[in-house]
Amino acid sequence: MGRLFAIEIIYRGIFQKTLAKNISRAIVLAAHEEGKPGISFGRYGDSPERNGIPAKNFAIVATDDVTLEEGMAKYEPKEVDITIAVDDTLCKGVESWAWYGLQPVNRLLKPGGTLIVTSREEPGTLIGMSHRKESPYQLSIVKGTVSFSGLWVYKDDHTDVRILGAISRILPELFSLQSVQKVILDEWKDPVKVQSAAKAYDRTTSITVTPDQGNPEVPYKFDLPKWYEMGDGIAIPSIPAGGGMEDPVAHTLGGFQPDRNPTFKKYTTRTMRPVLNFDTCIKCTLCWLHCPDSCFDVTPENLYDPNMQACCGCGVCEAVCPVKDCVTMVNEAQFSDNASQWEMWRNDKPGYEKWLQGKIENREERSHGFRYRGQYEEQVPEMLNIARGA
Amino acid sequence: MATVATGIQHEQKADETALITGSEAIAVACKLADVDVVTAYPIRPYDTVMQYVAKLVANGDLDCEYIVAEGEHSQFEIVKHASACGARVFCGSSGVGWMYAMEALTVTPALRIPMVAMVGNRALDDPGAFGVEHNDALAVRDLGWQLVWVDSPQEALDTALIAYRVSEDRRIFLPCAISCDGAFLTHSQALVKIPTQEKVDSFLPRYNRADLLLHPDNPITVAPQGNEDWVMEIRRQNFAAMERTVGVIREAYADFERIFGRSYGNPFFEEYMTDDAEIVLMGMGTLSTPVKVAIRKMREEGKKVGFVRMRWFRPFAAEELAKSLGRFSAVGVIDRDYSFGSPYLGGVLAGEVRHALYPSPGRRPPVLGFICGLGGREVTVPDVEKMADFVYQAAEGKSVPLTTWIGLRE
Repeated sequence: MGRLFAIEIIYRGIFQKTLAKNISRAIVLAAHEEGKPGISFGRYGDSPERNGIPAKNFAIVATDDVTLEEGMAKYEPKEVDITIAVDDTLCKGVESWAWYGLQPVNRLLKPGGTLIVTSREEPGTLIGMSHRKESPYQLSIVKGTVSFSGLWVYKDDHTDVRILGAISRILPELFSLQSVQKVILDEWKDPVKVQSAAKAYDRTTSITVTPDQGNPEVPYKFDLPKWYEMGDGIAIPSIPAGGGMEDPVAHTLGGFQPDRNPTFKKYTTRTMRPVLNFDTCIKCTLCWLHCPDSCFDVTPENLYDPNMQACCGCGVCEAVCPVKDCVTMVNEAQFSDNASQWEMWRNDKPGYEKWLQGKIENREERSHGFRYRGQYEEQVPEMLNIARGA
Repeated sequence: MATVATGIQHEQKADETALITGSEAIAVACKLADVDVVTAYPIRPYDTVMQYVAKLVANGDLDCEYIVAEGEHSQFEIVKHASACGARVFCGSSGVGWMYAMEALTVTPALRIPMVAMVGNRALDDPGAFGVEHNDALAVRDLGWQLVWVDSPQEALDTALIAYRVSEDRRIFLPCAISCDGAFLTHSQALVKIPTQEKVDSFLPRYNRADLLLHPDNPITVAPQGNEDWVMEIRRQNFAAMERTVGVIREAYADFERIFGRSYGNPFFEEYMTDDAEIVLMGMGTLSTPVKVAIRKMREEGKKVGFVRMRWFRPFAAEELAKSLGRFSAVGVIDRDYSFGSPYLGGVLAGEVRHALYPSPGRRPPVLGFICGLGGREVTVPDVEKMADFVYQAAEGKSVPLTTWIGLRE
């Protein structure tokens, strides 16, 4: 039996659908240049994907057809040589609506495998976001802002070819830089993209992440019920209505906090989160009304506290809030927990104000989709400069 | 006869290799067949093929009427009418979308419409899963639809061309549904050889509706009301047309091999490592991959297991299959479908195989049925080994349940 290679690309649904597919396809085509057969496919359970939901593409390549068939005999690879996360906030964990509980970004990596992340963050930040893994693995950062586009547009900012160049450096047995450059020229007919791949190859470095590094949280585990343990007629119990919130200072009960699914955490969809200025809030209820995920808890004093277990980071609250700077969306990479902002504010108002200003002032511009016409055109030259090493 | 087709200049001179999904391969076949009318209505996993066809049209690679209907029923009705008017048509659906079109699906073979459809096999609702199950396509098994299952993007492309050739043969004029397993085939990209237009043109003649063409120059009425004086004779005509498919399919595969230089061997079922096999497993679609891998593993352990993959389910090559299965001491049929309350509570294919064997003059091995891989659940190599163990026990004359669910949480 020959050698089997598996690569997964974890991406944000819709925003990076084409990006992930392009990378996956090019991996198979570049390996094919060297006579290795392969297949490329999306994790089907992730579809129909929604904006921002973590989703996966896989490329499976082998040194011969029989070995490839061994790889294809599985629904998806049980372990991979390389995991690519094309958005750094995915390092916090991934959960699509079709999965069961939050999964570590590095879950499928073989011992010694490489996690490639596109990011402007330092390795320490990304390692801190990622769950600990029992075996050491490599982390390689492809420097750049997150490449988001839409279903009908593609932001051609060279993220695709820079990742391909990095792969040829990390796993030369899969394909060489020359092979992938040929594929890039065939597929995109753009010599500048060929150069970008070569620059990424030259610049690629990786560091070892040891088992004692990373987020110590234990990933969620579950057992699915047997067929005779399940209720008949596809009827499942609903989630209870919920109740009041307790004020952390006065210990009084009031407001309303809905009960939420204890195992399905929607927050891995989030790439930015709202931070609230409770002092300027006029209690107009618009954020609470418009939130598509019912993520706002009503506090005893009728303020609205976005629950970070339930917030998908869509930004509707920021858009509908009539008060300037009362709701501000901030890059998710700036946060290390999902604690209640309202509780923080109740316990220490001056401390909270300082924290809030810090988050808003230092925030790196981040968005998904078009926030205004022409935004992508502004972002592409910035990424190309990064690709050129300017 | 005048057709509504318009020619497009094709420049490809030699076979090309492309990395495409099973759905894309079907779309490429539509382009090579130069279809005239395509109707679409989205449902996963079929929707991928409508997207690829739309792309071909948008890019100017295919000139056809592309109609997005308001539901599956209209979707299938529109192409039915277009086909009656002499247009080469393409259509498709999945799961409950296919079921929503059911009334249109029943009248299509009755009117002798050579529609080619792709069924992206999907579990029926509820619980609204996307994964593969074969009950959608099998729902029309008694109605005069030709049904074929494929297991690779290459086979999807080739079979679509063969389907046009067979369906549009004046001796047949029956619709054909090509079943592609959701996800495993519709969404997986593999390297596919795309034949030249020249080869396709020499294999696939233009659709000629001839005497049945609905056109002012050929005044006819289609689908009149008929009472008990007429129905049996009408059904007997469809019976005869379906009976003729076996020979026409054989002709088409022989011609395919001659022109394209690629052979599928027996058109009706593929046999894998059966020459010296003691027992065989059977199934349809992409479960062939884990089964073949498991068989190679079991053979290393000295177990002589073979595999028979049914390609054509309608027509069903009963005599030929019965003769072949007579060589083995037991047969295990893997059904990616169910037929609740059926004889021995088995799946559809298991019942058909027993049915095929019963009148056989030759040896009739015991047939075990396995329900497996429903809703897209992975059929694993250990699952296949477990099934083979059951079949070996049956071969040794031991008492084994006739139907077993495999890969179930129990």
